[in-house]
Amino acid sequence: MALLSVRDLHVSYGAIKAVRGISFDIERGEIVTLIGANGAGKSTTLNTIAGLIKPDSGSIELSGESIVGVRPHKIVEKGLALCPEGRRVFTRMSVAENLDMGGYTRTDAENAETIKVVYERFPRLRERVGQFAGTMSGGEQQMLAMGRALMSKPDLLMLDEPSMGLAPILVQEIFDIIKELNRQGTTILLVEQNASMALSIADRGYVLEVGRTVKSGSGKELLHDDDVRKAYLGG
Amino acid sequence: MANEKSTNVAGARPEGATATRARRTLSTPARYVINTILVVAFLVIGDLMVSGGAISRYQGFVLQQVGIYIIMAVSLNIATGYLGQLPLGHAGFMSIGGYSCAIFIIRVSEAIGVTSQDFINGTPVCGLLFVVGVVFGGLCAALSGLVIGIPALRLKGDYLAIITLGFAEIIRVVMLNIDTVVGFELTGGAKGLIGIPPYTSFLNVFAVVAISLFLIHTMMKSRHGRAILAIRDNEIAAEATGVNTTYYKTFAFVVSAFFAGVAGALYAGCIGVMAPARFGFMKSIEILVMVVLGGMGSMLGSVVSATVLTILPEALRAFADYRMIAYAVVLILTMIFRPQGLMGRYDFSLGNVIEHLMNGELPWARKKADKEADANA
Repeated sequence: MALLSVRDLHVSYGAIKAVRGISFDIERGEIVTLIGANGAGKSTTLNTIAGLIKPDSGSIELSGESIVGVRPHKIVEKGLALCPEGRRVFTRMSVAENLDMGGYTRTDAENAETIKVVYERFPRLRERVGQFAGTMSGGEQQMLAMGRALMSKPDLLMLDEPSMGLAPILVQEIFDIIKELNRQGTTILLVEQNASMALSIADRGYVLEVGRTVKSGSGKELLHDDDVRKAYLGG
Repeated sequence: MANEKSTNVAGARPEGATATRARRTLSTPARYVINTILVVAFLVIGDLMVSGGAISRYQGFVLQQVGIYIIMAVSLNIATGYLGQLPLGHAGFMSIGGYSCAIFIIRVSEAIGVTSQDFINGTPVCGLLFVVGVVFGGLCAALSGLVIGIPALRLKGDYLAIITLGFAEIIRVVMLNIDTVVGFELTGGAKGLIGIPPYTSFLNVFAVVAISLFLIHTMMKSRHGRAILAIRDNEIAAEATGVNTTYYKTFAFVVSAFFAGVAGALYAGCIGVMAPARFGFMKSIEILVMVVLGGMGSMLGSVVSATVLTILPEALRAFADYRMIAYAVVLILTMIFRPQGLMGRYDFSLGNVIEHLMNGELPWARKKADKEADANA
């Protein structure tokens, strides 16, 4: 059974239909990426899965259990974490407090364990435990946002545009970390505009266009697909 | 007065340079004991000064007002400073707390035959009535906070401000007209509610202040408080990390209303007469000014500015014609030169100060250590 299964998802903001019938599956242990241009409905899809937006119709199942209409904080408890677009760290809290918030649904004893793992993964965060998150650089904030999402020990980690606004060298670092997280057992759903990076680490990818899935395949296939190359990878 | 649990944010200050041996810390129970002793000492000394005549009746009256406005400012600070919303109807909750407590105490003391003189003498029955009445006032305000908060908190920013403003006006108009509607004497309408026994004193007002500050502080240091602060910082992120945002927004709003109700209950006893006109829009603004001036999100700031802004107009009475101008000038200057408020986000913790002293970390000693560290580097 797929870890996450989305079927015929429709989402709209008022009269504007953002997602018009997207379907995809994620198996345990995979990295799956959704790529597409601005307004393709990538972030909307993630936010809907996380419960932040209510879909008009369609089904979302996590390990066979429907999570449509479940409140976001309950979805976090079910093992699904969203690292939202634009990082959205708690700017007026310290790094340690941010991570603490990430483990909000878990006990202090569990968090004490998880935080060690997160600091191991992101040594930079350990150096800055007491610093206000708002005063850190974009790359550090992205690491913090990912660390915070990992604090809930998710089965499935959803990353929304982790490379947004970062220098190329940092983008590489972030993607290495994503690969490493996956190698250690976290299933990852990645939304990216940086299609070549995303496809190069993904097991499978889906190409979205104005709210529909227009293509799907393994990361490699899509990376070498002519249409995809033309549209998203610059020829 | 702020008891602070040690939040173990390791490395919050530059270690290494000063900390050659383990840092001495103050345990949480020790902090509680120290703070409790100081609060009790403050209450006893104050009470002795009032009964001994060192504080005049008029000064005692102003001091009670200070205590009441401290609770008002600190409670509004929950919704404004900590939750990050801008409700403009705080006076509404104050009036609900005041009316319900006053009516409760008037009716019950009539029924069991307690007179105003008993309240002045402070019989045990009156003490009980006071406690029950104040809590009752707080609960009535909390209930109305719940009723108002559920629809209002679906909105944000300016919209929330306007809707709470509207609700506070509704409360005022209800208090004004409810007698005619229900057909018997309840609030006294426009002529006001009179004959409220003087059930407040310096001692019980400031005891309530201390308890309120302690409860609010403890709440904010708990995981509930952390959730509220997370919502202020970033609502979407808070939701994505598993905070039930609807619940916590309503919770913070209701707690804020509860303490406003408690302050209102004290106000009724202190002033001795309740009239709807006292709880208009300007009263809400006055309290908001205290919070903003003190620094949004700083409890110490709310306490200090509530104290200053209550005493200032009284102290300036000698310059009767100019005092409101002086008051306005103080506000304008503060906002120009210190827009983050008097205290910014700084909060005072006696425990931490003592900890610094125990470790010999004085402001000037720290600078010296930093200089040495710089020289070494």
